[in-house]
Amino acid sequence: MNVKAIMRATLGAALVVAAACGYADELNMRVGVTEVSESVYGLHMLILYICCGIGVIVFGAMAYSIYHHRKSRGAVAAKFHENTRLEIFWTVIPTFILVGMAIPATQVLIKMYDTGGEDMTVEVRGYQWKWQYKYLDENRNNTLSFFSSLATSQDEIHNKAIKGEHYLLEVDNPLVVPTGKKVRLLVTANDVIHSWWVPDFGVKRDAIPGILNDIWFIADEPGIYRGQCTELCGKDHGFMPVVVRVVPEDEYRDWYSAQSAAYTEREAMARQTFSPDELMTMGEQVYTKVCSTCHQANGQGLPPVFPAISGSPVATGPRDAHIAAVYNGRPGTAMQAFSAQLNAAELAAVIHYQRNALGNSVGDVTQPVDILNWAAAQ
Amino acid sequence: MSAVIETHHDDHHHGPGKGITRWLFTTNHKDIGTLYLWFSFIMFLVGGAMALVIRAELFQPGLQFVHPEFFNQMTTNHGLIMVFGVIMPAMVGLANWQVPMMIGAPDMALPRLNNLSFWILPFAGGLLVSTLFMDGGGPNFGWTFYAPLSTTYAPPSTTFFIFAVHLLGASSIMGSINIIATILNLRAPGMTLMKMPLFVWTWLITAYLLLAVMPVLAGAVTMMLFDIHFHTSFFNAAGGGDPVMFQHVFWFFGHPEVYILILPAFGVVSQIIPTFARKPLFGYDSMVYAVASIAFLSFIVWAHHMFTVGMPLAGQLFFMYATMLIAIPTGVKVFNWVSTMWRGSMTFETPMLFAIAFVVLFTIGGFSGLMLAITPVDFQYHDTYFVVAHFHYVLVPGAVFGIFAAVYYWLPKWCGRMYDEAMGRLHFWLSFIGVNLTFFPQHFSGLAGMPRRIPDYSIQFADFNMWSSIGAFIFGFSQLILLYTVIKTIKSGEPASDRVWDGAHGLEWTLPSPPPYHSFTHPPVVTDAEAHS
Repeated sequence: MNVKAIMRATLGAALVVAAACGYADELNMRVGVTEVSESVYGLHMLILYICCGIGVIVFGAMAYSIYHHRKSRGAVAAKFHENTRLEIFWTVIPTFILVGMAIPATQVLIKMYDTGGEDMTVEVRGYQWKWQYKYLDENRNNTLSFFSSLATSQDEIHNKAIKGEHYLLEVDNPLVVPTGKKVRLLVTANDVIHSWWVPDFGVKRDAIPGILNDIWFIADEPGIYRGQCTELCGKDHGFMPVVVRVVPEDEYRDWYSAQSAAYTEREAMARQTFSPDELMTMGEQVYTKVCSTCHQANGQGLPPVFPAISGSPVATGPRDAHIAAVYNGRPGTAMQAFSAQLNAAELAAVIHYQRNALGNSVGDVTQPVDILNWAAAQ
Repeated sequence: MSAVIETHHDDHHHGPGKGITRWLFTTNHKDIGTLYLWFSFIMFLVGGAMALVIRAELFQPGLQFVHPEFFNQMTTNHGLIMVFGVIMPAMVGLANWQVPMMIGAPDMALPRLNNLSFWILPFAGGLLVSTLFMDGGGPNFGWTFYAPLSTTYAPPSTTFFIFAVHLLGASSIMGSINIIATILNLRAPGMTLMKMPLFVWTWLITAYLLLAVMPVLAGAVTMMLFDIHFHTSFFNAAGGGDPVMFQHVFWFFGHPEVYILILPAFGVVSQIIPTFARKPLFGYDSMVYAVASIAFLSFIVWAHHMFTVGMPLAGQLFFMYATMLIAIPTGVKVFNWVSTMWRGSMTFETPMLFAIAFVVLFTIGGFSGLMLAITPVDFQYHDTYFVVAHFHYVLVPGAVFGIFAAVYYWLPKWCGRMYDEAMGRLHFWLSFIGVNLTFFPQHFSGLAGMPRRIPDYSIQFADFNMWSSIGAFIFGFSQLILLYTVIKTIKSGEPASDRVWDGAHGLEWTLPSPPPYHSFTHPPVVTDAEAHS
């Protein structure tokens, strides 16, 4: 085998590897749907090809040497142990390659940091273990706010039901944004550090309590884009997906007005009075969505970290202490202050449910006004 | 020098003590080296069992075996044990055995400190593992323990974890002081710094890295302790603290730490490749300078672990450029290893197999490291399985294969008996296949978007995870072959010659196999044939 034949063979192998890297979609990074994600993909491929190229040369030389310079083939060891020219060569050439990588990388990074000129702003707030989206107007006032939690059923997770197509990548209320608009996100967190990531947008930023990070994207293609929390945030870190629905602008406007009307209506519910049955129904919904991941659907909890609701001294004792626990949370534990997440009607319903279901039967009725009165007294 | 009088009435035989006291009270570098290595291997099995719990749960989508809460305890303790309980002690064990023999010294410079630095370890390791059985469970916030998950939201056992980290840190600091003192003071006449074997060089630099960064880690965990118990707000935003500050402090320790784990393995490979290529190490001087450059750069790249926290543009660019620079000295090392093999007369005994696999697979880990250095692309890779694949490629077929290579290379010298070559090769090939089957598919699941540290995943990642789990079980169980081979060598191996390998050079090979209890009671003559090998 002469040197030319080896060169040809290694070049061929390199092309096969490169082709496998480039064209097998499921083996590679997603191109994504934004200009930024496309430049990131391009950068990724450039560096991958450079690494593959260097790999072919280095591993090729090793393989050649391992085959030809073995004692069993009668190879006699040479005596050389340095070559200044060669050593300068392989210090200087990599430097040039690195500069060649750094220039496009810097350009893309500068583009990503251009956060001004946004068309709309949404605050993204991470909670253990859900996302909150707040649509802000020009004065940073909240006009619409909702939580986005995992929609996959516990039965699917525990292998009691067939897993759906979007297993663990589906939520009840996705973030909805219009096509072709520069959407600026202010990312923060309420408890521990989370990270908001949508691979198709090429955007990932940590959500850190006390810090407001900003990122942006422009998605031109309508569609549903899925990602996940990417910073370990406790027990259900694997169960807080990010879903963004990109819709044409007029559809977005319809959605926004319907949602903000419903939001206002929901806020108004806090001033209503409900029958015990209504409270039970609403309370069960809230419990299933908010409480059951820790306290479990049957109210037995997972002691000692997540205490039971059934027979709990809090849920069967004086109501004010129960309201305080839910409203303010328990600092230093996973029990959050739910005053920020639930309105008075939802708080009343879930407290009513906890006191009169799950094996408890205190027999009292908790109305939204009781919550408001309790909060006013604090 | 009238104070030094040659007297013979003190010259009684200094052999090993009897029974258990030999190991409890020993101040002998070989006994302590042996203790370090066995401790490391036991922890390897414990940490490995945790990895197998993780891989069993991830074999299929859905929750099968463990609760997510326990899963997080497994990932956390697996990482902590492998870093602090396996790789670091194993490297110190190798240094204990080899450094005095390689520089022509009778023992380590500070033998009593040596005993203390080892005997802290089992207690620290035991304390760490015991947290798993405490109320509320063990540490569950990842081996990087980011605040406030590790402070305000942490289980009560975190206090014990902090104490365990303090003990581990104290042990490492004592160990590195001892290694520095030995290398700088006990070299045989003629063993100048630039004649030292590369393994000694890499350990000298590693020991300085340890001295520099272990106190930083101690500071980080102490601030955590204050936040938890004394209601300070170092890392609590609500009290004016900064959770990102924790990450800066942690990674100022953490990045040099990863070089602490890998540099001694560089040294091992730089000893083994020349031996089996029967040719001197190519570019000795540039190897030394490359290690020193890598060590220096390791202090100014820490925030590349934090590209997604929202640093300003200038910060991102600085850390990207500085990180890319590491590729240059690392490249020099790889090119020099290949050039050492080039036109050699190679044979492929087990140590050489592990060393060659080290060069290839560590380089793959280096490539993914270079990719991760590019900030805009890192946004896509960060905290996905791509990162998991990257650091396992540099740590398992990197650091761990380096340790395996060292054990097979020097075991005949230590025991005076030869290991079973066929078993060694079997161990190598199963490990090699297992490691690649485990970690190569993780590149793909990461690129496809699978975050790390999740107990369950969407169905698109199912195939890659199944391969990974199969590979992990192959790799895990093949380590029992190492245990069997080592015990068989100690009990019934064929006698080994003093030189053991016909291409071996270095002072350790001038000693009998096994070497005397006090390696060199008289300083040896350092000849050109034995130096710089």
